[in-house]
Amino acid sequence: MVDRTLLSGNEAVARGAWEAGVRVGVGYPGTPSTEVLEALVQLPGVRAEWAPNEKVALEVAAGASLGGARSLVTMKHVGLNVAADPLFTLAYTGVTGGLVLLVADDPGMHSSQNEQDTRNYAAFARVPLLEPADSQEALEFTRLAFEISERFDVPVIVRSTIRIAHSKGLVSFGPREERTIASFESQPGKYVMLPGNAKKRRVDLDPRFAALTEFAESLDLNRMEMSDPALGVIAAGVTYQYVREALPEASVLKLSMLNPLPARLVQDFASRVGRVAVVEEIDPYLTSRVRQLGIAVEEPPLQRMGEYTPRMVAEAFGARPPAAREPLEGLPPRPPMLCPGCPHRGVFRALREMGAVVTGDIGCYTLGALPPLSAMDSCLCMGASIGMAHGLELAGGAGERPVVAVIGDSTFAHSGLTGLMNAVYNGSSATTIVLDNRITAMTGHQENPFTGRTLMGEPAPEMDVEAVCRGLGVEHVLVVDPANLKRTERALREAVEHEGPSVVVARRPCALLEKSDKRPLAVDEDRCTSCGACIALGCPALSVSASGKAVIDAETCVGCALCAGVCAERAIRAGVEACEAGESA
Amino acid sequence: MRTTSVLLVGVGGQGTILAGDVLAKVAAAAGLDVKLSEVHGMSQRGGSVDTMVRFGERVFSPVVSSGEVDHLVAFEITEAARWLAYLRPGGRLLVDPRMIAPLPVLTGALPAPAGLEAALEAEGALFVDAGKIACRAGSPRSANVVLLGALSVGLPFSASVWREVIAARVPPKTVDANLAAFELGRRAAGEGGAA
Repeated sequence: MVDRTLLSGNEAVARGAWEAGVRVGVGYPGTPSTEVLEALVQLPGVRAEWAPNEKVALEVAAGASLGGARSLVTMKHVGLNVAADPLFTLAYTGVTGGLVLLVADDPGMHSSQNEQDTRNYAAFARVPLLEPADSQEALEFTRLAFEISERFDVPVIVRSTIRIAHSKGLVSFGPREERTIASFESQPGKYVMLPGNAKKRRVDLDPRFAALTEFAESLDLNRMEMSDPALGVIAAGVTYQYVREALPEASVLKLSMLNPLPARLVQDFASRVGRVAVVEEIDPYLTSRVRQLGIAVEEPPLQRMGEYTPRMVAEAFGARPPAAREPLEGLPPRPPMLCPGCPHRGVFRALREMGAVVTGDIGCYTLGALPPLSAMDSCLCMGASIGMAHGLELAGGAGERPVVAVIGDSTFAHSGLTGLMNAVYNGSSATTIVLDNRITAMTGHQENPFTGRTLMGEPAPEMDVEAVCRGLGVEHVLVVDPANLKRTERALREAVEHEGPSVVVARRPCALLEKSDKRPLAVDEDRCTSCGACIALGCPALSVSASGKAVIDAETCVGCALCAGVCAERAIRAGVEACEAGESA
Repeated sequence: MRTTSVLLVGVGGQGTILAGDVLAKVAAAAGLDVKLSEVHGMSQRGGSVDTMVRFGERVFSPVVSSGEVDHLVAFEITEAARWLAYLRPGGRLLVDPRMIAPLPVLTGALPAPAGLEAALEAEGALFVDAGKIACRAGSPRSANVVLLGALSVGLPFSASVWREVIAARVPPKTVDANLAAFELGRRAAGEGGAA
């Protein structure tokens, strides 16, 4: 038996890049792409870095490519919006060392603010795109992408979706290709995109793409799997697996390179089957391109949003639903929430007590929008909180209510700085709160410029955010420990009363970073008056008992004592560990 | 061999991901093709989590839907009820009867669901009090491995392979507690017997 290892799609991409001799990996964390660099950094001979945002990441990789190193850039779908600017022009300049972007889409929005189909970017920016359908292909396509990048002088996108990125499968490894880097050679005609040079490179792009199309036609990864010729289905990525599972009789055209499209192969396939259908998630990317070839394409009745399943595909082609149990009705939903012991929970309580209008941002703290904290009024994209707070002021504000932007440390580094610069420049009086937990927490604790450590584990300077804010021209900058609720509330009041822009940095590390050795707390039922002040914190360890009193779950409680701080009756005190509480038999 | 589908459901932080990983590695060690699908990210923060493991001669899709799961293992009773429709008729249902109240219940916005145990019992659930059993095994964190022990009784893999994979996958300090948890889980499911 061939020795195979169980790897996620993300881990397999890292392995594939490593086998291709990649020297540099750069990215910004984002579900479902984050684990690629976390896997890459564990392999030898690679420099892997978190950049503050995806645009910077792609620019770093572009520089590494310019210097001859094979470079990998990773991001989630919305990250490519940020990195789109360099991408479009990189298609003109091309590469020296192979340059590959891993972009992971999130159909169904498991952990995203929108649903985007990255395939459109490949066509828009005129760069090739490969889409793997399992972990083994994730490895092989990434390795191949580096070859294509250098052979055709273009950056290449490897697109995955959450069901590839976060699914695991068995993978066979190959050796690493050891590559030497040639000494730097200046090529201004290729790399200095003044209009005169850019026009030449634009003209040159078409023959490069024509050659790529011929390559796609001959690439055996685009393949016909002929069975019953009555129905021919075209699919790629995870939907290929759904089609194979759901329609075992159908003939399938499995596409692996989606841009450029192998048109002759598609036409050949169409000529061999009775009916042609395309199964693809999110946008009708392939459907419209196959139709442009003059092929009549059946559109199965599948929604143009969210994820599919094999069952949905089977039913779209006429299968009857299986005998299944009726789902039980009336179950409470289980939304995500701020962790027990989250030091930043109290800030949301303070904002709610102040009646603030909160323009929010992307990160754990977006969960402050959910009840019972219910302390957020907008969340649009990375860094939007500060610009939107200023814009809301321009529209006349919110009456007597103060306008406050809330942003995390990593998001502030990603794209909060320019918003704050704008607020200062244009005379905003909005308050910005930087919830500084020293890490990019929501995606699973990735280092950032606030952390004091790099992805490689080396010590790094911690960004002096107070000095940065003052340097941008913010006069009123305060740092508080959010564990001290009273001080935090006072600092927020002072900041919103200050004329001109103000910043409050609430600094305390993520509760998950430091294992708490504090003992769980418990409620003294005799003292509890059922006022609900602790319950309103939305802590998962706190609940209302049948008698209406607050009760603390000893297994969940980390002993942070935020609840004790809001309890006027001093009813919350030390408790006992879960297994001691009579749970062991 | 027909592809077997196992769905592990629970609440973020309960160890469903590790449990799914162990199961997938056991299936791979038996020479089978295997795929595992999980969704993490936002759901880590106390949300509902699900891990699907499918194994057989050749596995295409990493996921299946309602009415198609052969073994549903619920680490929490509300999640058992939420995912029940995924279980195929005649499928095996293992449930830790503990309830972790979701936020709307904690805050009193919604009532705690009632009568779940009876409803699940009517569907043929085998209840495994994994949290309490794990305390007995020496670590309350090993409840996931107790449930794996119970699951293992209904799967065609030898206990020794399970033990090897568990020992290699859990933190070194917790190997003994986890192996004890595995044995207690097997016993809870009537080791070797029909479930």
